Parts: sequence; C-alpha cells; structure tokens
Amino acid sequence: MTSRFTLPRIAFALVVALVLLFLMLPVLIVVPMSFSDARFLQFPPKVWSLRWYWSYFESDAWMEATRVSLLVASLTTVIALPMGVAAAYALNATTWRVLRWCQLILLMPLMVPIIIVASGVFFVYARVGLVTTITGLVLAHTMLALPYVLIAVLAGLRNFDMQQEMVARSLGMNRFRAFLAVTLPQIKPSLVSAGLFAFITSLDETVVALFISGGDNQTITKRMFTALRDEIDPTIAAISSLLILCSLILVLAAGRRTAEA
Amino acid sequence: MPSVSALRRAAIKEDALVLCLLAPAMLVVGLLLLLPLSWLAVQSIHNEQGFTLEYYRRLVEDSTYLDTFLTTFRISALVTLLSVILGYPVAYAAARLPRFWATLVLAMVVIPFWTSVLVRCYAWLVLLQRRGLVNQVLTGSGLIDGPLALVNNMTGTVIGTLHVMLPFMILPLYGVMQKIPQDLLVASSSLGAKPMTTFLRVFLPLSGPGVIAGAVLVFVICLGFYITPELLGGGRTILVSMLVQRDVEIFNQWGPASAASVVLLAVVLGIFWLINKLVPVEKILGVR
Repeated sequence: MTSRFTLPRIAFALVVALVLLFLMLPVLIVVPMSFSDARFLQFPPKVWSLRWYWSYFESDAWMEATRVSLLVASLTTVIALPMGVAAAYALNATTWRVLRWCQLILLMPLMVPIIIVASGVFFVYARVGLVTTITGLVLAHTMLALPYVLIAVLAGLRNFDMQQEMVARSLGMNRFRAFLAVTLPQIKPSLVSAGLFAFITSLDETVVALFISGGDNQTITKRMFTALRDEIDPTIAAISSLLILCSLILVLAAGRRTAEA
Repeated sequence: MPSVSALRRAAIKEDALVLCLLAPAMLVVGLLLLLPLSWLAVQSIHNEQGFTLEYYRRLVEDSTYLDTFLTTFRISALVTLLSVILGYPVAYAAARLPRFWATLVLAMVVIPFWTSVLVRCYAWLVLLQRRGLVNQVLTGSGLIDGPLALVNNMTGTVIGTLHVMLPFMILPLYGVMQKIPQDLLVASSSLGAKPMTTFLRVFLPLSGPGVIAGAVLVFVICLGFYITPELLGGGRTILVSMLVQRDVEIFNQWGPASAASVVLLAVVLGIFWLINKLVPVEKILGVR
C-alpha cells in the first residue's frame, strides 16, 4: 500500500487548488468591492458603505437599462421556449437524413462567432428599421437562445419513452392533447432549464446589444460595457454583486430541479 | 386492417407535422442568421463598380489585417493550450474525488461560468491593475521588485480570456471522464500496472475525445471572442473581432469588415467540419 501523501499527489492537489482559486477569485473580490466607500478601485476597501447600491437604484439610466434587459429577456424566453420545444419534438420524432442538417442549422448560432452575428444583424436591421428597437433585440436574442432551448429539450425527450404518448393516442387522445397531458409533464425539468438558459442568454448577451441597442432601449450589458471601457464607475461593483447573486440563485434553483427529477 | 393508401396518408401527415413544427425555429434562424451572413458574403465581393476582390486582396496585402489574424491565432492557440493543461487536472479531480469534494470542485467551476463576462472583466481590471491585489501580493511576498503590467496588454487579454474559457474545457472533459468505467482502472492495476501506468495507458487515451471536444470549443470561441479582449487588452492587442467592430462602428467600412468576417467564419466552420470526422459537432456543442 502506498502512502496517501506522495509528492505527485501533493503537486496535483496544489495545481487543482490554484486553478480553482483562479476561477473563483473574480467572484470573491467583487462582492466586498461593492461595499467600499472609495471612488477608486482598491481592494480591500478601507471604509464600508452602501453608496454604490444607492447610486445604482437612484440612477434613472441604470434603472431604465435594467427594465429593458428584463423585458427583452422575458419576451425572448416566452418566444424561444415554445419554438425550441416544437423543433426538438420534430427532430426527435423522425430519423430523416435531412433532419440532421436542420439540427445543424438550428445549432449554427452557437458556431458562428458572435461578432459576425452582431455585424450581420446590424446590417440587416439598419435596412429594415429595427435598430434600437425592443422588437429587434427580442428577435436577435430569440435566435441566439434557440440552440440552448433545443439542446435542453432534446436531452429531456431522449430520456422519455415516446411509446407512452402513443398509448395515450391509441386510447383516443389527439396528438396535441397527448403531448400536453403525457409528454410535457415528464420533460418538465428540461423545460425549466431550457427556459432558464433562454432567459440568461438574453440577459447576459452583450455584443449584439452593443451593435443594435441604443437610445432609450439600451440594455444593462451595453451600459456596463460602455462604463467599463470609458471610465470605471464603482456602481458596476454593486450591479455585478447583484448579478452574481442572481446567477447563484439560478444555479441553485436549476440544481434543485434536476435533483428532484 | 388499414389500407395501403391510408397508411401513406398517415405518413404524409406525419411528415407535414414535422415540417410545421420545425418551421418557426428555422425561419428565425434563417432570417436572423443565414440571411445576414449571406448579405455579408455579398458585401465582401461587391463595391460601387460591381464585383471585386479588392477587400480580400487588402486582407493579404495590408499588414494590419494579416498581423491581426496572426495575433488572433496565436492567442487562441495559447489560451487553448493553457486550458488543456490547467483544465485537465480539475476535471480529473471532479471525476475521481468522493462525491462531496467533487460537487465542491464542480461548484467552483460552474459559479464563475454562470457569472456575466462583464462582471469578470470588471473584477480582473481591479485585480490586475498596477496597485491591484495581485501586484500587492506578489511584491509583498518579495517575488517581484516592482509592480508588473498585467492588464491593458496581451497578458491581460490572455488571463481574462483563459478565465472565460476554462469552464468550456473542464465541463465537457468532466462529462467524458465520468463515463470511463471504474472497472477498467481496477483491472489495469490488478494486472500489476502502477497508478501512473494505469493513468497514462488507460485513463488518458479514454479521455481523449473529451480533450478534443473541449479544445476545439475553446479554440473556436477564442477566434471570435470580443468582450474580454476589448476590455482587458487596452486597445494594444487587436483581434479580428475588434477589427470587424472598428470597421463597422467607427469607420463604417462594410467591405473590409465583411471580408474579414467571411474569412473568420470560413476558418471556424472549417474547423468544425474537420473535427466532425473525429467527434460529431453536435456532441461538441452539447447535444447528447
């Protein structure tokens, strides 16, 4: 029996610990930063305060951007989810060769570099007058969210035995009702994660929003990006902490959902 | 017994349903992705006079464009290499440690993964600045004499990009490693192989597809990455994505921007097409 603490084992543990520290460091640093009183970036903060949280909640521009982002993300989820579910159902139902191509096309938004998507969409929007509109943002975000919805729902459908739906239909339900009554409840966990993915994809999307949002319809990501590029406003630390809190809640919610399933 | 024609009608109905269900999603991707991409492609070979290859010629002849492409490839390759080297041990730990520790390791990968890229850029700007925490710790411990320039240059770009890419390496790799049957490792050591031999001859080859999937994903995302290089590179390290953005938003030069986009897109899709022969693209993108 060899000892538990050999040199390679210690070296291995050290590397893993250092990489994990590297991964967690930014998340760990932002929260204390947001409670600092200083105007300049410093860590650890000398005096604690809530002033950057107030400056976020009292700023009309930030509040408006938050409202736009939440609205766009909600609309994107509402549109992308049923579309993605329908497409996943169709892809799961048959084994045509053509369908592999359809699936690849629907996954394309994940393959094409986002900067190319953004400039292409901007180019088209400029011609049809969709630049700086909520509609334009929702449409572009729906396209970007579709592959995530598709992947999540397909995973759910592959684990589901379609025979059950067949049984319901052979007992006289029409196909749509059989889907709603039998299939849908059983793939609910993957629907929840699909919805979460769609919502977060939109909320988090920056590059397309940089190109096509503006005026009264700027997203929070566009404002954050501009603020980070031009001059660093510590309000961002407060917003960042709130965003980290949101993603923690979502990760936990998603984790519990999958644990229940 | 249903007649042949009734069966055929049912089959046609089934096909029609499949098409109807796919239509909305295909329409959205067609109008908002394929149409803009074709438009860019047309724009890249078209000027006021008609057909032209001038923009592509400029990509090769103008050293800014060529250098930018080379820098982009170099940084992407470096970040991919670092992700494999640093990501492999973490994925291995997550796959082989007891449940509690594995969950902890995975949580520490997933939490930053779910944190907005902008938030992470902000944190790195704070951490890596001249009088930031990293420089304080390094000078305080006597490892270096004066503060290092860690941000607003290529170092900042690489650190920030690596941070975004590591989870894209670790998570698929973990997925593959987790499926490697424990029995094989037990069998190998019961036949007399030392732990290192078992790892090198059994575990490492079996985790190969995961390494390939993760590395391709990381390399390709790096090639078109915009946010972090823009914010942490301080305008010194120009990548293809930044070139496209400047051509479009500042100079309103659609020709060169389109040509650069088409080349970048061709490279990315080419990589996916090549790798598809080893690991299906759907797998790399996360379809099970």
